[in-house]
Amino acid sequence: MEMALVIDPGKCTACRQCELACSYRHTGEFNPSRSRIVVFDFHTKGRFVPYTCTQCDQAWCQQVCPVGAITNENGVKVVHEDICVGCKVCTIACPFGTVNYDPASGKVIKCDLCGGDPACAAACPTEAIVYTDISVQGFEKMRKWAERVDTAPQAGGDLPPAAH
Amino acid sequence: MHHLIIGAGPAGVRSAEMLRRLDPACEITLIDGEGEAPYSRMAIPYLLEGKIDEKGTWIHRPLEFYSEHRIALVRGRAEALDAAAKKVRLQDGTELAYDRLLVCTGARPIKPPVPGLEGERVRHCWTLEDARAIMEHAQPGSDVVLMGAGFIGCIILESLIRRGVKLTVVEVEDRMVPRMLDEVAGTMLKQWTERAGARVLTSTAVEEVEDTGSKLRVKLSSGETLPADLLVVATGVTSNIEFMDGTGVEKRAGIIVNARMETSLPDVWAAGDCAEGCDFSTGDLNTLAIQPVAVEQAITAAKNMAGGNAEYHCALPMNILDTAGLITTSFGRHEGVGGERAVLHNADEWRYIRLEFDEDTLVGAQTAGHVNMVGCIRGLIQSRIPLRGWKERLLKHPERVAEAYVDLAREA
Ligand SMILES: Cc1cc2nc3c(=O)[nH]c(=O)nc-3n(C[C@H](O)[C@H](O)[C@H](O)COP(=O)(O)OP(=O)(O)OC[C@H]3O[C@@H](n4cnc5c(N)ncnc54)[C@H](O)[C@@H]3O)c2cc1C
Repeated sequence: MEMALVIDPGKCTACRQCELACSYRHTGEFNPSRSRIVVFDFHTKGRFVPYTCTQCDQAWCQQVCPVGAITNENGVKVVHEDICVGCKVCTIACPFGTVNYDPASGKVIKCDLCGGDPACAAACPTEAIVYTDISVQGFEKMRKWAERVDTAPQAGGDLPPAAH
Repeated sequence: MHHLIIGAGPAGVRSAEMLRRLDPACEITLIDGEGEAPYSRMAIPYLLEGKIDEKGTWIHRPLEFYSEHRIALVRGRAEALDAAAKKVRLQDGTELAYDRLLVCTGARPIKPPVPGLEGERVRHCWTLEDARAIMEHAQPGSDVVLMGAGFIGCIILESLIRRGVKLTVVEVEDRMVPRMLDEVAGTMLKQWTERAGARVLTSTAVEEVEDTGSKLRVKLSSGETLPADLLVVATGVTSNIEFMDGTGVEKRAGIIVNARMETSLPDVWAAGDCAEGCDFSTGDLNTLAIQPVAVEQAITAAKNMAGGNAEYHCALPMNILDTAGLITTSFGRHEGVGGERAVLHNADEWRYIRLEFDEDTLVGAQTAGHVNMVGCIRGLIQSRIPLRGWKERLLKHPERVAEAYVDLAREA
């Protein structure tokens, strides 16, 4: 069973308990700007979207890291702050914007699922964020969306024919 | 199946890892041409400023990683390739046979034709060996001249300032990082760098360097002569592909590859700074010489070498630069393609965002002082998502670019 954060924006009320809980768990302070999960407020549509890393298979952040500071722990991409040099290349390589530079620490931060006990899900009063088996519906949609950026058509151009 | 990989930089190492993951039984040999543990050039600035030691630049620590993953590290420089016989000859005469070959030999810096660019105190900043020399000569209070304020020049600039040297930056073009930032952002960066304590001379050329024994004398086109204990030359790079001369491989500035990272030679792939593949933004062949493209190409090559069918379509110019606290980024066609443009410029807050559109899609961007969720810009450009109503909003509020991405991608 593979566990993941499954997010249902329809249930989100933008109370932002998740941001506070995330920031507190990781930094010991209630500072949403240091949270690894962000609630987007599309007020014109009356819709709120909690947004964080989906632990994608491509692992753009992990692959690009020059010093091996991001490792794959059973599918979860974890930043090791003691190794991170703060070069930020992962923050532009990740096409989802879910790895971010934290000026306070000089390192990058991203969701690590709190080692298997995510504070955001525990804090969410409406079950908009639940930590559950990924076979449930909803996660597939998130994954698909994650894959989309990898499959965009290539611009035309003169390329040599395949040699074999 | 024997996979031979030439070059143990990020591209070589990432491809070796992926090959091992996909094919537990294959044989993998990785040739390291520098006599160092496999390391990332990108980490050199942090070595220079003392944030890490040399081991901190290694891609994997400890080095047992390679033996544990049965990746044989071989020292040596590839000197010749016989693609018909499927053999690579190293400088010391050793011949290595392969079933499939991946060329990841990267690039090396070039020295412009300026008289006097030689000697121990004239260095590039490209290898660990260079870094050691720079650390020796760039002492607190030393006079250091940095020739070239392109991306590499700007990325090492901060570490030179942090070493406490008296730094003068000399750039022949009219602004810093001209290929990454426009005049507004480039000028902001120049002002910021000057405030951080460096002197920045744009539209100025180094014309001659003379070694007077105690100091170097760096003569400029402005007529001024700068004393220097160290001159760091960062004026561009060229691909390491000479060892393929005579093979008939298709090449321009780099070895030409298709979307599968195949070269024109059978069973030979190429990836990273030595390769020239399709540029997402223009559709033309290009060598971008950046880490994300190098590793993403390498992973694509490895998947295909292991018998898969992977294509790479994301070679997008993208850079992020932290210059003593001012963070700048640029993505794709940051200079625009003649479409509409959104600009936010707040000089007092050192904030700048410029987005470039082609009809209903985002094709390029540059930012200064805007870092939150910048990766979304890559996502928006690379997925070519139609912006619909978001374009109007972004034209007024370019700072809402991450929001646009999250909203659009969820509905896509
Ligand atoms: C100081 C510095 C800072 C940088 N910062 C950034 C950054 O912030 N962001 C970014 O995107 N990029 C950055 N870059 C560029 C980035 O380092 C390169 O794009 C990346 O290293 C490319 O990886 P590669 O594996 O293709 O080539 P390389 O890292 O150059 O590795 C190639 C390897 O092949 C070896 N080799 C060459 N010829 C032979 C031969 N004939 N036989 C055997 N071995 C050979 C070389 O010795 C080397 O070990 C920086 C570069 C430098 C120098």
